[in-house]
Amino acid sequence: MTKIEVSRRTFIRTAVAAGGGLMLGFQVPGLAAYAQSVTPEPWNGLDHGNEINAWLTIDPEGIVTVRCPHTEMGQGGMTSVGMMIAEELNTPWENIRVVMADANRHVTEGEVYVNMSTGGSNLVRNRHPHIMQAGASARERLKQAAAEAWGVDRSEVTAEQGTLTAGNNSAGYGEFATAAAGVSLDEEPAIKAYGDWWLVGTEIPRVDVPVKTDGSAVYPIDVTVPDMVYAAVRACPVPGGRLVSFDADAVRDRPGIIDVIEFTQTADELANADLRSGVAVIADTWYRAKTALDLMPIEWDFQGNDQYSYSGMDAEARELLMQEAQHAEEVRGDPRPMIADSDSVVAGDYARPYECTAPMSPPAAVVDVKPDRVDVWSFTQNVAGTLLLVAEQVGVDPAQVFVHGTYIGGGFGYGNHHDAARQAAEASKQVGRPVKVIWSREEDQRQTRTRPPIWARFEAVLGDDGLPTAALARTVAEPKNPDYADRAIANMPYNIPSYRYERHIVQANPPVGPNRAPGVNNNCYCIEQFVDEMALAGDWDPLEWRIKMTEGNERYQRVLLKLKEVAEFTPELGRGMGMGVAVVEDHGTIAGCCATVEVTRRGALYIDKILLVTNSGYVFNPRAAREQLEGSVAWELSHALYGGLRLENGQFVNTNFDTYNIMRIPDMPPVEVVFASSEDQWWGGYGEPGGPPAPAAVANAIYFATGKRIRTTPIMSQDLTWS
Amino acid sequence: MSFTLNVNGTDFEVDVEPETPLLWVIRDSVGLTGTKYGCGIAKCGACTVHVDGQPVKSCNVTAASVAGREVTTIEGLSPDNSHPVQVAWKEHTVPQCGYCQSGQIMSAAALLARTPQPSDQEIDAAMADNLCRCGTYLAIRKAIHSASQA
Repeated sequence: MTKIEVSRRTFIRTAVAAGGGLMLGFQVPGLAAYAQSVTPEPWNGLDHGNEINAWLTIDPEGIVTVRCPHTEMGQGGMTSVGMMIAEELNTPWENIRVVMADANRHVTEGEVYVNMSTGGSNLVRNRHPHIMQAGASARERLKQAAAEAWGVDRSEVTAEQGTLTAGNNSAGYGEFATAAAGVSLDEEPAIKAYGDWWLVGTEIPRVDVPVKTDGSAVYPIDVTVPDMVYAAVRACPVPGGRLVSFDADAVRDRPGIIDVIEFTQTADELANADLRSGVAVIADTWYRAKTALDLMPIEWDFQGNDQYSYSGMDAEARELLMQEAQHAEEVRGDPRPMIADSDSVVAGDYARPYECTAPMSPPAAVVDVKPDRVDVWSFTQNVAGTLLLVAEQVGVDPAQVFVHGTYIGGGFGYGNHHDAARQAAEASKQVGRPVKVIWSREEDQRQTRTRPPIWARFEAVLGDDGLPTAALARTVAEPKNPDYADRAIANMPYNIPSYRYERHIVQANPPVGPNRAPGVNNNCYCIEQFVDEMALAGDWDPLEWRIKMTEGNERYQRVLLKLKEVAEFTPELGRGMGMGVAVVEDHGTIAGCCATVEVTRRGALYIDKILLVTNSGYVFNPRAAREQLEGSVAWELSHALYGGLRLENGQFVNTNFDTYNIMRIPDMPPVEVVFASSEDQWWGGYGEPGGPPAPAAVANAIYFATGKRIRTTPIMSQDLTWS
Repeated sequence: MSFTLNVNGTDFEVDVEPETPLLWVIRDSVGLTGTKYGCGIAKCGACTVHVDGQPVKSCNVTAASVAGREVTTIEGLSPDNSHPVQVAWKEHTVPQCGYCQSGQIMSAAALLARTPQPSDQEIDAAMADNLCRCGTYLAIRKAIHSASQA
């Protein structure tokens, strides 16, 4: 292949300056939010001389470079970290640049960034104390440096909007940045008190947007380094199976083929970061590698895992739902005698199938193993975690490994695993050149860390007032992360006097992992529909029921009362129309939803509106919060309406977007967001909580429109006709 | 086979197997990575480019088949991120992870070129092939309306 006039806009080099990171920041001072893609260059003109601490540097003009330790996957992490530093530093927002922090420095300097993992809607919610501390500590050092120069006490110096002032003395932050780096304080300052903010709580556009409108944002799949080759990879299509043999000679003479290598699985049971048994074709382009891989005969030993199919799991699980389980929690009392004695038990069974994250970018990684250092660019939500496992795979000191931040093409929890980085590290080690691994879409959905299925059965006895006096919830979980089945069910917020939770396990082979609000995403669909079943059996309005049954729970009450105020909910729209409500807590935020639907007699479903009311305590950046809530609704409705990853004979069979359908723009309903925050000093997450109540609210609305209770998903595969 | 491919107004001499999709020639031969791989079967739209102004899923046409025609990628839509669609995308902060957005923008630009004032229904029809896993669809609709006023 000849290349002529190839001018790469963003050519990645491997050199990264000590202490720096890859540059991502605003480009145009004075304008809001302008971020650069990823250039490999350290931020020009900045060095350790004006680094005040590991989190930030200030240049002579007062430009503040913030090092973001968390992955930017569209959730606004870089913007959030920049806002926290700017808030405490009291520096103008337009002076902020954000770069991706150096994972090597984190590992070699005693975890200087505290935690580089990104997930669990944690960044604002749980990381703000130490991030804001970095800004506050830098601010006080600037004041101290100025105080010493001016011969005054630090308490006489103010630091506001990038300017230090004491009496007639005034200077920009840049003037004292170098001196500030040498200041020792007797005591680190406290971060600002709740509500005492000028930037936090305002609507700040995300800084990573501009580079995502001109193709310049760099994702792992885009990284190119000199002498790099490409790998198309295949692990056993039945998860847990092993490679027996492959016929490399069948493809070795094809154009561009460089090598065919084997990945040897080291662990018996596939854990988070293990290399999976498999094979990789190495070529000079990915398309040539992929084409050869598809043509190469491969023999697998499924290790018996081909015995698992969803249909078999479903049959077994539905039997288990009718049996008492060993794993049980008596949340309050023992409801079983009351249920056994009653002749009018309200009961409902629900199930959700496997789903996958299917990020728009399939997993990819570039690893360059050299004798003295290893460079890595990878799909990951934790660059420090990736660093450690690449060091392990290559067999080098972690201090020699450099994981460079890039944007990632969707995370959704999937990036907590590091499979592509492992493979690229092993491949580079074997072939002695930098290797780019790209998973095909089909490989992604065969090897995905699934959202596991759940089955749930609820039984309840009602009192004279129509409210439940006793209830039993029983779930069936898969074995690899059964705790997901408990969430939002074992700890449901309703004051049922006697409540017991039980859980069974059904055997299965696919690996599992988080999938945006893990557990709660599936379980809310089950429990919140059963709430409607209980309410209607007791002649209660479902929204009034929820308000009544959460009395004394201020955080829930605030959401439900606001929902009542703004949703105009009624169970009586008439056939063909319906409104439904649902509410759940996830990652520190309570989200209530009211869905309005129309269903034609022929069963065509139209979702006219989704209203979300959230109580997250403080809303850090309302604009970003609304964006996350809208996206979460699309995420969950995708799975509930269209999803369903089908396991047949141990492998997933609908592995691309022709058969695994996700929501498209014509089906996206309007979403209205209302914040109903308690005044607590509490910051709930926003990356995940908005999605889970939406499908339950839609299903409850469908019930009012059609009289049909939709007990499983995908909803669009169910018969919604009515007459 | 060897042929000349015009991308963003520049001719590139390309020598690849005749079945090689345009997507991989743009990315790995020409070296423009704004055009993304998402599915390889023309079902997600992440690889959308313009061929003679029409939106085309570059994973599903061979590079050889568009030799002699004008291929425009996201990098060539405007010299400085200033196409009305790009401006509207920034104003409405449409991208989240951003991976699908090159394709979204190319589809939207093609829509506005043939239908300067699209209705919601026309937007839905033109954009239905472009998946977004982050769920930015409402922002996309708003931004297209906004760009149509520009």
